[in-house]
Amino acid sequence: MSAEVVLQTERIGRRHEHLYFALRNPKVAIGLAIVLALLLLGLFGPFFLSDSPNEYVGPKSEAPSGEYWFGTTYFGQDVFTQFVHGLRSSYLVGTLGGGISFVIGLAVGFTAGYRGGMVDEVLNMITNVVLVLPALAVLIVISSYLEVRGVVSQAVIIGIFSWPWVARAVRAQTFTLANRDYVDLARLTGKRSWQIIVREIMPNMASYLLMSMILLFGGAILFAAMLDFIGLGPANAVSLGTMMQQSMAWSSLHLGMWWWFVPPGLAITLIVGALYITNVGLDEVFNPKLREM
Amino acid sequence: MTLEVADLQVHYRTLKGDVRALDGVSFSLADGEIVGLAGESGCGKTTLGKSLIRLDGRMRHVGGTAVLDGDELPIGDDKAMNARRWKEVSIIPQYSMSALNPTRKIGKMIAELLRARGKSYREFKDELVRRLELVGLTEKVLDNYPIELSGGMKQRVVMVLSTLLDPSLLIADEVTSALDVTNQRAVAETLVRFRDMGFVKSMIVVTHDLSLVYQIADTIMVMYAGRIVEKAPAETIIKSPKHPYTRALIGALPEVGLEYGDERLQSIPGKPPHLLNPPTGCRFRARCPLASEECEAEPPTVTVEAGHEVSCWKAN
Amino acid sequence: MGRYFRRKLLIYGLTFVIAVSINFAVPRLMPGDPVARMLTRNSVANVESSEAMRGYFNELFGLDVPLWQQYFNYWGALFRGDLGVSVFAFPSPVATVVADALPYTLALLLPSILLSWFVGNALGAMAARNKLLDNGALPIGYVLTAVPYMWLAILLAWVGGIILGWFPVAGGYSFALTPAFTWTFIVDLVHHWFLPFLSLFVVALGGWAIGMRNLVIYELESDYSNYLQALGAPNRLVRRYAFRNAVLPQITGLALQLGVVVGGALVTEVVFAYPGLGSLLLNAISSQDFFLLQGILLFIVIGVLVFNFLADVVYVLVDPRTRLGLEGGQS
Repeated sequence: MSAEVVLQTERIGRRHEHLYFALRNPKVAIGLAIVLALLLLGLFGPFFLSDSPNEYVGPKSEAPSGEYWFGTTYFGQDVFTQFVHGLRSSYLVGTLGGGISFVIGLAVGFTAGYRGGMVDEVLNMITNVVLVLPALAVLIVISSYLEVRGVVSQAVIIGIFSWPWVARAVRAQTFTLANRDYVDLARLTGKRSWQIIVREIMPNMASYLLMSMILLFGGAILFAAMLDFIGLGPANAVSLGTMMQQSMAWSSLHLGMWWWFVPPGLAITLIVGALYITNVGLDEVFNPKLREM
Repeated sequence: MTLEVADLQVHYRTLKGDVRALDGVSFSLADGEIVGLAGESGCGKTTLGKSLIRLDGRMRHVGGTAVLDGDELPIGDDKAMNARRWKEVSIIPQYSMSALNPTRKIGKMIAELLRARGKSYREFKDELVRRLELVGLTEKVLDNYPIELSGGMKQRVVMVLSTLLDPSLLIADEVTSALDVTNQRAVAETLVRFRDMGFVKSMIVVTHDLSLVYQIADTIMVMYAGRIVEKAPAETIIKSPKHPYTRALIGALPEVGLEYGDERLQSIPGKPPHLLNPPTGCRFRARCPLASEECEAEPPTVTVEAGHEVSCWKAN
Repeated sequence: MGRYFRRKLLIYGLTFVIAVSINFAVPRLMPGDPVARMLTRNSVANVESSEAMRGYFNELFGLDVPLWQQYFNYWGALFRGDLGVSVFAFPSPVATVVADALPYTLALLLPSILLSWFVGNALGAMAARNKLLDNGALPIGYVLTAVPYMWLAILLAWVGGIILGWFPVAGGYSFALTPAFTWTFIVDLVHHWFLPFLSLFVVALGGWAIGMRNLVIYELESDYSNYLQALGAPNRLVRRYAFRNAVLPQITGLALQLGVVVGGALVTEVVFAYPGLGSLLLNAISSQDFFLLQGILLFIVIGVLVFNFLADVVYVLVDPRTRLGLEGGQS
């Protein structure tokens, strides 16, 4: 009781408090540490390694050693170099694909929730349609027609098809927030709709938005990996998904070359898992009820 | 004497430490008495109500006792309290609109609840229907899902259900705050009627709305920062309040005091420091226009006249 | 209730139309000439079949009639059950090729989806009331939902198939056998089916368990639970109500999650070379067999929509709120 009252009365203190608890929450700390460590590896690793991850640099099918940390592929490519480049494209797809769907979801959700009426009916219908559309199947058809496939085009089509649940949630929250007193007040003072949305409504669901962004990021990475694995990956780049695809295509399984297929999948699991765990931690930070006593 | 509360202390556990939501509360409640418990949000009045029936997960019973009909309530022991709930202490919660399981028919839910408490639904059915009719509902609501009823109807169902076992003590927690004025009045009258008909022996009506509680309460207690600052018959509290805070509440001290107070609250970061780490002396003195040096010491509880007690240096 | 179903059916109908339209539009809007690409890619040795294919494609893409007419022709063909002819399995019609693969995919999907839903919900509900179990189950659940479907499949194939050698890692049945309704063949089928099934089951499990755990906790903290407890209801009753109410959103979740699980099944099949839609899809992509590709998409869309509708029916049966039609717009 006392906590709720205070949370409503002071806003400046709340931000600080969230940051304070966020950094002290072990889930957030561990999750972010993993995500950042792999991000740094993907960002800066390529500068220290070869620019062309597909180059044949060493002996074929070599197990991990001091020289080739993750071993080499069937053709003698360095798995670690590929891995580091793959991390980079995974983060790129996550950021871009997640970002695009976030923006679409936000726009649709806010418009539908704030405007209501016919606009809402139509947008809600579209949202529901895209929601039931089996995204991966549609993505496969579209990507297979693309003559040139790149990380960016992949991210764009992933973004276009993974926004609906964000839109739905944002719409529902906007509905409730749009009827609050302070929003009415803002409306009476003649502020424009987008100003009200950005200044009055968005800050009040900031925690939720942050968490959806994280989920979309992870989702985009998983989606991209699946597309890559079926052979619809970027033609000109190495990704974690294409690594797995290549390893399967050249029967690493039967040859026992585990170092070829374990690292890419593990990295995806680590990134996405760490993101989820960060989210759980953030949830505890934003909802003091969940904080462990 | 129905209820005798002595030096009750209940804390809220938070990461920053214990918030002393109830910091030494004592009062008594006579048979048939309706007590209004008033104060701002965050003063501890809801905590007091909850303490007498069920502490939530973050609350801890630190000290003090509550004796109901000569038997001490095991406040800190959730399991032991279970036997006393509903039969002896009951509550009409703040959230009556959502207090009923949305996916069960009301009659079935009541039947399952009675059976779980070792009672037979058939035995209570006639009385249940009689009381529903008393509050203007028909037997048919038992066949409805909560969603089929209006807010007012749900409130009445909850009122009947909470008092079905004729408890000695009923806590009505902000029961009217979600209703419009006409319904507020009806609910308040129903509460009095329940007392008059003997469905409940005595009642604590928790509210922030002094004008409403004035209509139904025999006695009014005003809480501030985890303590009771003034207790008097309803008439007296409204007509001649003694504590500066009570006066502020009923508007005897015009807005100046209140506005100042709001501002003060806003600028306090974190949880209310007065409850996490309460100041010594009078807790109202930072907001009190009459405050002076002597207020830095714990104020005495002064009996102004029979039944009128004030904790303030300026009471006389 | 009527309004609820009308609304749902409208959405599903619209989704179907849009999926078909995407199918129609994508080859025509993408840069490049898909017909030429298909033909060059499949430089068929047999001149006769090559000619037949060229004639067929030209007719089907029939770029000489206006676009709207192409669109209507497309729908017309669809209603006649004509999805075109597969290039990869020329001259079998796409419908036949897909129908042959479909049972395998269904045999993987249905048991793994339903079983993971039941087991996951049970685990989640248990975790919600047991701190110890919760601390163990929750991190595992999150890791499972983060695992890419194909990676777990690869790991299982590696451990169960290569290292331990307990299960075959490729195909729907042994090459040595011919499909027949015999005991040996059925055992062989199940033997091949088990690892891909397990893989799908395990990945989906985590999500359901986490979802259920959170929902049960949410319900246990809700007003009606608090009220019941204030009236001294035993934990047994409170939990029973919480569980029942928490399952409801999970039914909707089952339908919504389907698209993702189908995707998971496709890649899992690829790993195990399991002869379902996934492997077919891989073949269609590598041989640029666009008709087959679109046919598969269409089947998947129809399957997902039917399943969604079934979930809606179940939902209405168990949730009085939708049944009463007072929240008909909720979807």
